[in-house]
Amino acid sequence: MAVATHNPHPATPDSQFVIRISESWRSFKMATWLGWQIESNWTDPFLFAVYSIVKPLAGASILVVMYGIITHGNFSNPMFPYIYLGNAFYIYVGAVMTGVSWAVVDDREHYKTLKYMYIAPIRIPLYLLGRGVARFVTGSIAVFITVMAGVLFLHVPLDPLQANWPLFFLTLFLGVIMLALMGLLLAGVTLLIVRHEGFIGEATAGALYIFSGAVFPLDVLPAWLRPVGFAMPTTYWLELLRRSLVGGVAQAFPTLSGFSNLQLLGILLGLSILFGVLGVFVFRRCDWIAREKGLIDRTTNY
Amino acid sequence: MDKADRRPQTMDDGLLSTVHRPSSPKATGWRLFLKTIIARAYPRVIGQQRDTSWMLFDMLMPMGGVIAYVLVYRAIGAPEEYVGFVVMGGAMTAFWLNILWSMSSQLYWEKETGNLALYIMSPNSMMAVLLGMALGGMLATTLRALVVTILGSLIFHVQYEVVSFLQLFTVFLLAMVALYGMGMMLASLFLLLGREAWHMANLAQEPIYLVSGFYFPIKSFPFWVAAAASIIPLTLGMDAMRQLVFPSGVSLGFLTVSTEIGILLVLSAVFIVAAKLLLAHMEKLAIREGRLTESRR
Repeated sequence: MAVATHNPHPATPDSQFVIRISESWRSFKMATWLGWQIESNWTDPFLFAVYSIVKPLAGASILVVMYGIITHGNFSNPMFPYIYLGNAFYIYVGAVMTGVSWAVVDDREHYKTLKYMYIAPIRIPLYLLGRGVARFVTGSIAVFITVMAGVLFLHVPLDPLQANWPLFFLTLFLGVIMLALMGLLLAGVTLLIVRHEGFIGEATAGALYIFSGAVFPLDVLPAWLRPVGFAMPTTYWLELLRRSLVGGVAQAFPTLSGFSNLQLLGILLGLSILFGVLGVFVFRRCDWIAREKGLIDRTTNY
Repeated sequence: MDKADRRPQTMDDGLLSTVHRPSSPKATGWRLFLKTIIARAYPRVIGQQRDTSWMLFDMLMPMGGVIAYVLVYRAIGAPEEYVGFVVMGGAMTAFWLNILWSMSSQLYWEKETGNLALYIMSPNSMMAVLLGMALGGMLATTLRALVVTILGSLIFHVQYEVVSFLQLFTVFLLAMVALYGMGMMLASLFLLLGREAWHMANLAQEPIYLVSGFYFPIKSFPFWVAAAASIIPLTLGMDAMRQLVFPSGVSLGFLTVSTEIGILLVLSAVFIVAAKLLLAHMEKLAIREGRLTESRR
């Protein structure tokens, strides 16, 4: 039975805007808190700390051992910081991008709460982005520990006094926003997929690992595959992060040496906007299709 | 990257009913034991092949890691045999992932979906259920590992020179028996875990890739580190197989192939016996503590 209500004080455009902002902020904030609880409260803080440290360090150590065996421990070669830092910052790609898209799988398949989120007074895209924040935090811890281990034990030539910190933080900020919006794109696709949703983020992160020159210069790729790498914003993002921290060492590789930092920043910004707009558009479209087809509360038990 | 690997392998759960047809006379004793093994292996071998897109993902995903590590080796000018090491390691990750997500964590997934209580109350042996899981997982994963090996070898032109097919087959078989015995043992340990099971399995990926030498010869580690890593059957299994199929494998081997076969034999026996003892103990403990039907999401 429908109940007609009469609002004696109709909202003005200004107040509607304030309500939208408030709703968006609330969605983001609560999703961040929820995401953090899911990520961290499955165990005690000690085990959580061990979990957060061991996994990224083991991943980095595989590359360190591989490099050490072949070069007989020549860690002063510019290739080493290239590989090490690229791998360390790549943790963000898996954490942020997959973190946002995985929230759909988690809520729809595991907790079976996605339908409740859709009927709650929240904004779904901001809710999903908020869920990615917890992964950003844990990812940041992993990146920090990995980089510090490299500096302290493996002579990664990172001099805090020489590093270009404004460029570093600006690049990091841009990159995280870009990754979050790419995550939103994947979240949209995930809404429409049955059974393979878990693979989408993993497959994309895996492909970007290869095509972004994270652990090897793009020149190592076959020539016909390199354009894919040049079209990815993560390529420029990782290059700028390396340059901001280890300067000339990173610029020793020919792939992007023809570009100045400002040019790279411009390309990163342009590609981030492109992928960001694409992410929002794809999510909105997929969200609409998912609602039309009744896919929001679908579970497959996979 | 993680794996990631986040793959709740419960697709076979619904298929179990397809093999539980009423039969007469009722099977008992060893016949029931064998029928249970086949019944539990069935969805893993047949059911998973029905989902071709899933199978495709499972085969192609490890290729990403293989390609990345091969290109790292090429970037730093590694000898070509290291490319072969990576291809073999990449193929063997399929087995380790299967152990983590479809053996160790399986009873946790079964608990989540409500099947575990049914297993316990049915008149068959849990050991047979675990053996069925292991047998099915081993066969299905071998197919995937084979595809990764073939693809990797074709893409990167890996050259093999097999010294002894008999030894190669023996090493592979023993490594699998020991590995899946270990998986059965871990499954009983995971029986007590709640949602931390997912994180524990996730945690055991990269560190094992590292210490077991999935992408480099284990001999590169100090002796005692390599010796400790040998508790994971894939460590010695891969080391021996590399010695048997790559020309320079012997010079990069940790122990002699015959010694590694002997150790794998011991590990196989130890893990299977330990799995049986632990399963009995953990099942009792889980029943006593009321954890068989809990669902802590």
